[in-house]
Amino acid sequence: MKTLRALTLILAAALLAACGSTPLRGTGDLGLVIERASGHVTLVDTTARQAYARIGGLGDLSHASAVYSRDGRYAFVFGRDGGLTKIDLLEARIVKRVMQSGNAIGGSISQDGRIVVAQNYTPGGIKAFDAETLELLAEVPAEYAPGKFSKVVGLADAPGNKFAYALFDGGEIRVTDFSNPRQPTTQRFPAGNQPYDGLVTPDGRYFLAGLFGEDGVALLDLWQPEKGARKILENYGRGQEKLPVFKMPHLRGWSVAQGKAYLPAIGRHEVLVVDVATWKEVGRIPVRGQPVFVMARPDGHQVWVNFAFPDNGKMDVIDTLAGKVVHAFEPGKGILHMEFAPRGETVWLSARDDNKVLIYDTQRFTKLGEIAADNPSGIFFTARAARIGF
Amino acid sequence: MSGTRLVFALFWLSTAAAATPPDAVRQQELVRLVRQDCGSCHGMTLQGGLGPALLPADLRDKSRDGLKAAIYEGRPGTPMPPWKQFMSEAEAAWIVDQLKSEFPR
Ligand code: HEC
Repeated sequence: MKTLRALTLILAAALLAACGSTPLRGTGDLGLVIERASGHVTLVDTTARQAYARIGGLGDLSHASAVYSRDGRYAFVFGRDGGLTKIDLLEARIVKRVMQSGNAIGGSISQDGRIVVAQNYTPGGIKAFDAETLELLAEVPAEYAPGKFSKVVGLADAPGNKFAYALFDGGEIRVTDFSNPRQPTTQRFPAGNQPYDGLVTPDGRYFLAGLFGEDGVALLDLWQPEKGARKILENYGRGQEKLPVFKMPHLRGWSVAQGKAYLPAIGRHEVLVVDVATWKEVGRIPVRGQPVFVMARPDGHQVWVNFAFPDNGKMDVIDTLAGKVVHAFEPGKGILHMEFAPRGETVWLSARDDNKVLIYDTQRFTKLGEIAADNPSGIFFTARAARIGF
Repeated sequence: MSGTRLVFALFWLSTAAAATPPDAVRQQELVRLVRQDCGSCHGMTLQGGLGPALLPADLRDKSRDGLKAAIYEGRPGTPMPPWKQFMSEAEAAWIVDQLKSEFPR
C-alpha cells in the first residue's frame, strides 16, 4: 500500500515533468530535506514516509534553511552562498533562483505571505523580496556604528508584517516593519553581548535572543516594545567556567511547550526551563552534550534535543510532565536536525554521516523507516507555512 | 559508555602523542572534520559564516603560528573553541598548511 502510494507519486512527478499538467494534490503532508554537500533538496511525503523527487543546482547548502508560502506549495530555500531559491513542491522544480548576497544564514516570510526576507552575514543586514517574483523590495543594512555592519541572526516573522532579529556584532535586537514593503522602518533595542540566534514565541508576542558573550537571554515584548529589551536567565552559569561550544545552538518557536520555554544553555550540558508567564527560570534538565536544537513535539508532551560535536550522534527526549530525560539513544552519526510530522506522531532525523534521514515513532521510539540523502541537514515540512515566527 | 566516547578516546590516544604530520587516513578524517564541523561556523566551502572566511587569500598575511594557536587553543571571548581535545598540535599545523594552500575537498 505504502509502496504503491510512493510509486503513484513518482509516476505523477514524472508525468508532470513530461506534460506539465497538474493532478490534484494537497501540500499539507509534504516537505523537503536539504542535502548540504551536493546542493540538492529531496522532496518528501510524510504520509507515505517516502521521497518523491530530488532537485539539484541550489549551490552551497551548508546551514541552509527553508520557509513556505501560505499555501504550502512553494519553498524558499536560503543557501549559505547567498542563493535564494523558490521551489514548487507539486511540480518538483525550481521556479526561480537569485543570488541575493555573499553570505546568508536564513530567512523568514511575512504574515501575509507576500514578503520573503533574507538575513545576511556579509554584507550584514536583511533584504526583502517579493514572494511572487523574488524581486528585491528593500534592504536594511545592519549598521550599528558608523561604517560598522553586523552579522544578522535569529530573523523571525512577527504579526503586522514585522520581522525581529538580532545583531551578533552589534549586540542589538531590531524590529523592522515592512507594512510598506519598499519603505521599511526599523526600531533598535540594546540586547547584550553577542546574540547568536533568536525566536518569536508561537503567539507572536515575544522575541528572545540567546546570548553567547554572556549568560542569559534578551527578551523583547513585541506588544510593548517601548519597554525595551530585558534580560532573563541572567547568570545561569553563576561564573562557572564554560565548556567549549563546538557548534552554535539554534532557537525557534518550537521550544515553547506547555507554557514553558525549553532553551539550550551555552557552554553547559543543560536545557534551561523558563515559565513563559513570568519569564523566571523554573528548572534545568541535564542532557548529554551541548544542546543544538531543543524542539517540542507539537503537543508539547515531549522535547527532543540533539547535540553539538562531538556528541552529535546522540538524542535525548525530555518528558515535559516528568521534567527529565526519559529516553536517550544514538540513532546515527552526525544528527544535524529534526522535524516533527505536523501532529507529531513521527519525527524525522537527519543523520549526516550515515547519508540517511531516519523516521521514528515518537510514542514508542521505534524506527519506522529511512530515506537515502547525501549528507542531509535541515528538514522542513510545509506545516511551517501556518506558524508565526517562521 | 557510548561507542562515540570510546572512539574519541581512541582517537585521542592515537593522535595526541603524534608530533609527526598525520598519515593519509588521518588526513582524510581531518579534511572531513574541517569541512563538516568547522564548516558549521566557517562554511563548508570555508567562505565564512559566524566565523571568518578561511580561504588562502584571507589567511595570506597571517602567521602560521597564530592560526595554529587559534585552532589548537581557541580564541577566548569569541565563539572559536579550542580543538586540542581532538587533534595534536602537528595536526593543527597541518590544517593551517592546507588552508593556506588549497584545502582538499
Ligand atoms: C562555533 C563556531 C566555530 C567553529 C565550530 C570553528 N570556528 Fe574557527 N573561528 C570562529 C570565530 C568566531 C573566529 C573568529 C575569532 C576572532 O574574532 O578572533 C574563528 C577563527 C578561526 C581562525 C583564525 C582566523 C583568522 O583570520 O585569524 C582559524 C584558523 C579557525 N577559526 C579555524 C577553525 C577550524 C580549523 C575549525 C575546526 C577544527 C574551526 N575554526 C571551528 C568560530 C568557529
